[in-house]
Amino acid sequence: MEDIQVNVSQEGVTIPRARKKISDKWIPYLVMAPGLLITIGVLYPFVLAIYDSLTDLSFNSPTVAFVGLQNYVDMFRSPSFFHSIYVTVAYAVITTALELIVGVAMALILHRMTWTAHLFQSLFILPLMVSTAIATLLWRLMTNPTYGIYTRFLDIFGIHHFPWANSPRTALLTVVLVDAWVYIPFVILIVLAGLKSLPPAPFEAARIDGGSFWFTFRRLTLPLLRPILIIVTLFRLMDGLQQFTIIYAMTAGGPGDALMNIPNLAYEHGFLYLTFGPSLAYLVLLWVLVFIVSRLLVAYWNRIRMQEAEGE
Amino acid sequence: MSKVLAAGFRVVVLIVYTLFSVFPLFYMILNSFKSDADTFTTFVVFRPTLDNYRAVFGDGTFVHALGNTLVVSALAVAVALVVGVPTAYALARFTFKGREDIAFTILSFRFAPGLLIAMPLYVIYQHIGLFDSVLGLVWVYQLIALPLIVWVLRSYFEGVSIEVEQAAHVDGYTRLGAFWKIVLPLIRPGLVASALLAFIFCWNEFTFPLVLAGANVPMVTVQSLNFFSSNVIHYGQLCSAALISALPEFILALLIQRHLVRGLSLGTIKG
Repeated sequence: MEDIQVNVSQEGVTIPRARKKISDKWIPYLVMAPGLLITIGVLYPFVLAIYDSLTDLSFNSPTVAFVGLQNYVDMFRSPSFFHSIYVTVAYAVITTALELIVGVAMALILHRMTWTAHLFQSLFILPLMVSTAIATLLWRLMTNPTYGIYTRFLDIFGIHHFPWANSPRTALLTVVLVDAWVYIPFVILIVLAGLKSLPPAPFEAARIDGGSFWFTFRRLTLPLLRPILIIVTLFRLMDGLQQFTIIYAMTAGGPGDALMNIPNLAYEHGFLYLTFGPSLAYLVLLWVLVFIVSRLLVAYWNRIRMQEAEGE
Repeated sequence: MSKVLAAGFRVVVLIVYTLFSVFPLFYMILNSFKSDADTFTTFVVFRPTLDNYRAVFGDGTFVHALGNTLVVSALAVAVALVVGVPTAYALARFTFKGREDIAFTILSFRFAPGLLIAMPLYVIYQHIGLFDSVLGLVWVYQLIALPLIVWVLRSYFEGVSIEVEQAAHVDGYTRLGAFWKIVLPLIRPGLVASALLAFIFCWNEFTFPLVLAGANVPMVTVQSLNFFSSNVIHYGQLCSAALISALPEFILALLIQRHLVRGLSLGTIKG
C-alpha cells in the first residue's frame, strides 16, 4: 500500500517504480538509525557482561584472566546460590499470585460501581507512582519493630513486638507487603480496562439466565480476560524475579541471608567483595531464567490471540 | 439474602483495601508535619510544625539531589523522544526485514535485569570518565524511557489510519511534512502521556544511580537511604522528603490517567 503511495511525488509526477523501490528499502533503517545506535550501545554492555562472567574480573586485583565456565561451576556448587534461587522464585510467585488475586477482585468490585469507581481509581494509582525505593523506606518507618505504627497497631490485637523485617521468619512477608502496596494498583488498572472492553452481550445473556456470580466469573469473565491476565502476569513475574530495590532498601538481603535473592546476592558479590566475574555469572543466569519465562508467556499469549482471531 | 451478603462482602473488601492503600500516604503526610517528639506519642492530634520541611530544604544535599533528578529525568526523556518517535513511527508504518526482532530487542530492555547492564557499564564508565555524571545517567536511563516511548507510540501510530497520511500526500505534503503536520498532532495526547510516564519512571529509578552515580550527581531515591544511616532516624524529615519527591508524580499521574493503561502495559493493552 505504501509503495504505491510514495510513487506520487509532490508535483504529481510518477517516479519510475524500480528506482524508487531501492531507496525505499533503506528509509525505515535510516529513520530508525538513532534508535538502533542506542540499541547497540545498550547491547554492548550486555555482551560484555556475558564475557566478563567468564573472567575473574575483580577490583581486588589489577589483572583479569579468562577462566571459562569456572564462575558457573562455582555458582552451582555454592549453597548460597541455591538459597538465592529459592528466595527469588518464592518472592516472584508469592507477590504475583497475591497481586493478581487482590487486583482482580478489586477490579471486579470497581467495575460494578458507577461514578465512585473513578474516584477510587484515582486514589489507588497513587502508590504505583511512588518510587519503590521511597515506598520501601516509608514502610520501614511504619514497620519499625519498636516504634512503627503498624507494630503499635498489632499491639492492640495482642500481638506484641512483631519483628517484621528484623526476623527471618517475617522478613519475606514484610517485603511482599511493600511490593503488593505498590503494584496491586497496576493489576487493578489493567484488569479494569480489560473488563470494560469485554463484549456486553454474553454477560447480558448470563444475567437473564440467572447465572450465579461464580458461574459467570469462571465461564465468561475469566476466559475472556485471559490475554490481559497473561500480560499482567508477565509484567509482575518479570519484575518480581529481578526485584532488587525493595529488598535492598528494606534489609539489603538480610537478616542473615533471609531475603538474599539473585540480584541482591550479585550486588553483594560485586560491590562488597568486589568480585565482578562471579557476580555477573549470577545475573546472566537470572537473565536466562527471565528470558525463558517471558518467552513461554508470550508464546501462550500469542496462541490465545490466534485462537480468538480464528473464533471470530 | 445471598445478594445482601455478597454486597456486604464487596463493601468490606473495598474498605480494607482502601485502608491498606491510602493509610501509608496519610501517614506520610501527617508525619511530615510532626516534630520528632510527637512522632511516637501522638496519632492525629498534635501540634503541626514546618520544621521538617525547613530541615530538608535547609540541608543543601536534598535540594541538590532534587535538582539533579529533575535534570537527568528530563534530559533522558528528551533524548528518548528524539530517538524514539521516529523509531516508533518506522516500526508502525513500514514493513521491513527484522522489524519484529528490532521491536522485541527494544522491549527486552524493559525486562533485562538492571544490574546485568549496570555492572559492566560501571567498569566502562570508570574508564571513559562517565561515572557519576549527568551524561552517564541519561545514557543508561534510555533503558527505561526508550522501550516505553517506542512501544506505546508505536501503538498510537498504528491507530492513525493510513488513509489520513495518503490524503496528506495528495494534498501536497511530503512524507516528512505529513508526519510533522498531520500525524504527530493526531497522537499528541498519547505522546505527552508517554513522555510524562517515562519521566515518572526515570524519576523513580534506583538501581542505576546506586551503581553508576555518587556524590557528584546524587539522585533523590538513593539519597533518601541516608535518612537511615545515622543512629537517629528522623521520621518527620524522611516523610517530608518522600512527600516532596512523590507530589509531582501524583499530579502528573492524575493528568495522564486516561492514558495510563496503555502506557503501563507498553502499548499491549489499548485501555
